Amino acid sequence: MQTVIFLICAVGAVAAGIAVFRVDSMARATLALLASFIFAAAPILLLGLSYLGMLVILMMVMEMMIMAVFMVMYMMNPAGLMPMKMVHNNKMSLVIAVAVFVLLAAGVLFTPWPSGTAEAAVPGSTTAAGRSAADPTLALGLDLMGPHMLVMIVIGLALFATMVAVVVLSTHRGRYDRFGDDLQRRPADDPVRGGLGK
Amino acid sequence: MTSAPPWSIIACFAVFGMLAYAAAALSAAMNARESGTPAAAALTLPGRETARLLIRQRSVTPGADPMLARLGTGLLPLAALMSILVIPLGQHAISDLSVGVVWFNAMEVLAWAAVWMVGWGSNSSWGLVGANRFLAQGLAYELPHMFALITAAVGAGSLRVSDIAAVQGQSGHLWFVVYMPAAFLVFLLSALGFAFWGPFSQPLGREIAGGAAAELSGIDRLLLLAGRYLLLTAGAAMAVPLFLGGGAGPLLPAWGWILFKTGVVLAVLVWIGHRVPAVRMERFTEISWLVMLPLTILQALAVSIFVLVGWM
Repeated sequence: MQTVIFLICAVGAVAAGIAVFRVDSMARATLALLASFIFAAAPILLLGLSYLGMLVILMMVMEMMIMAVFMVMYMMNPAGLMPMKMVHNNKMSLVIAVAVFVLLAAGVLFTPWPSGTAEAAVPGSTTAAGRSAADPTLALGLDLMGPHMLVMIVIGLALFATMVAVVVLSTHRGRYDRFGDDLQRRPADDPVRGGLGK
Repeated sequence: MTSAPPWSIIACFAVFGMLAYAAAALSAAMNARESGTPAAAALTLPGRETARLLIRQRSVTPGADPMLARLGTGLLPLAALMSILVIPLGQHAISDLSVGVVWFNAMEVLAWAAVWMVGWGSNSSWGLVGANRFLAQGLAYELPHMFALITAAVGAGSLRVSDIAAVQGQSGHLWFVVYMPAAFLVFLLSALGFAFWGPFSQPLGREIAGGAAAELSGIDRLLLLAGRYLLLTAGAAMAVPLFLGGGAGPLLPAWGWILFKTGVVLAVLVWIGHRVPAVRMERFTEISWLVMLPLTILQALAVSIFVLVGWM
């Protein structure tokens, strides 16, 4: 049964991935990519990692829907009313795709995976590595908040700094536009007023 | 994971269907009262409306993307029904997943995809405006909503919905609404948000000719409206195990209390929908990110401290 579900999801993920470059509408391409991601999340659920699997589905739906809006905004032919070529820079993309695939496949083959049922979970253990945990969600939480806390905090800071920097770089309005040359104007002069009048 | 017998799955969906019908009927009754017509006929209005939509033809716009639009209209009620799977209606839910709270969140976010597909697929600018409004509104309510869900999970130390309800039923424990009132209010607001109901009904706004549903007719419209009422019902039903003690209460059995509490929350949500004017999404975004988000983070911090100190 698990093998059947895995096969359906594996074939489905690849097929939806191919569909991204076959359809001629940006909306369909984005939703095909979303379908591919959801098919890829199902094997994570099959591994018993229900928290991570559901999280992948949750985050992918949210981010692909936001991406759909941006994809439609940036396309010259957003509605897909005229047939549109969805591929470009073919040679380089092929090289990158093959290189990434080889890298990931090598990672799959050479990583020392935990042996699963060989060792029982140790209660109160702070790391999931090398053990099959009784509750993978708890093991994940202990791992992130224990030995890998510093890494996660640094990654979180880096991501947050990137987001702030990108917003600052992309907006053409600064505080002098909002609050006037002496920064005294209240409420701020915004093209779109918020609910608090800040 | 406890699995329920097949008849209880059908019974559960039937109960939720009736609750959603009751919400639609209550809304119709309030409409009738506001316009001064007899409210009694409103009780059968959702049924008559269903029959009318069932025999009506689909409307087709030129250049539409029927595949996406129909996937969207089907996905909305499906997402609502799937989110119901983890909500306990008695002692157990249909499928009491260990990550039930995350499952509920993921299914309710599928509404984003569904409404956008409907709005885009009908190839109407009103539809697309409504669909994009829903996404903008979603970005505003989703983060406080997630913190509200997580706060309840932290209070119980579990992501399993029945565990969260069970903790509140123990002696010496108050309902979570007492410990986390801000999270409860934010959850109710976001329930209105993901069902695009009342103050958050802008995606289907009247001033944009019905928004995402502008071009829908017949079975498509029926599915979208049914999905919306089911989502509202699911939101009301989820508030009960998360914040209102689940089946805890005197005299009545667990399922009786759950139904009663769900009905009350649902009635309050429908009532708010008729009493509160629509909020523009850009205004709500600022309120959400500058007030609700810090509030829910502080709420989560407070509950975490309560748990560490042993007060709950």
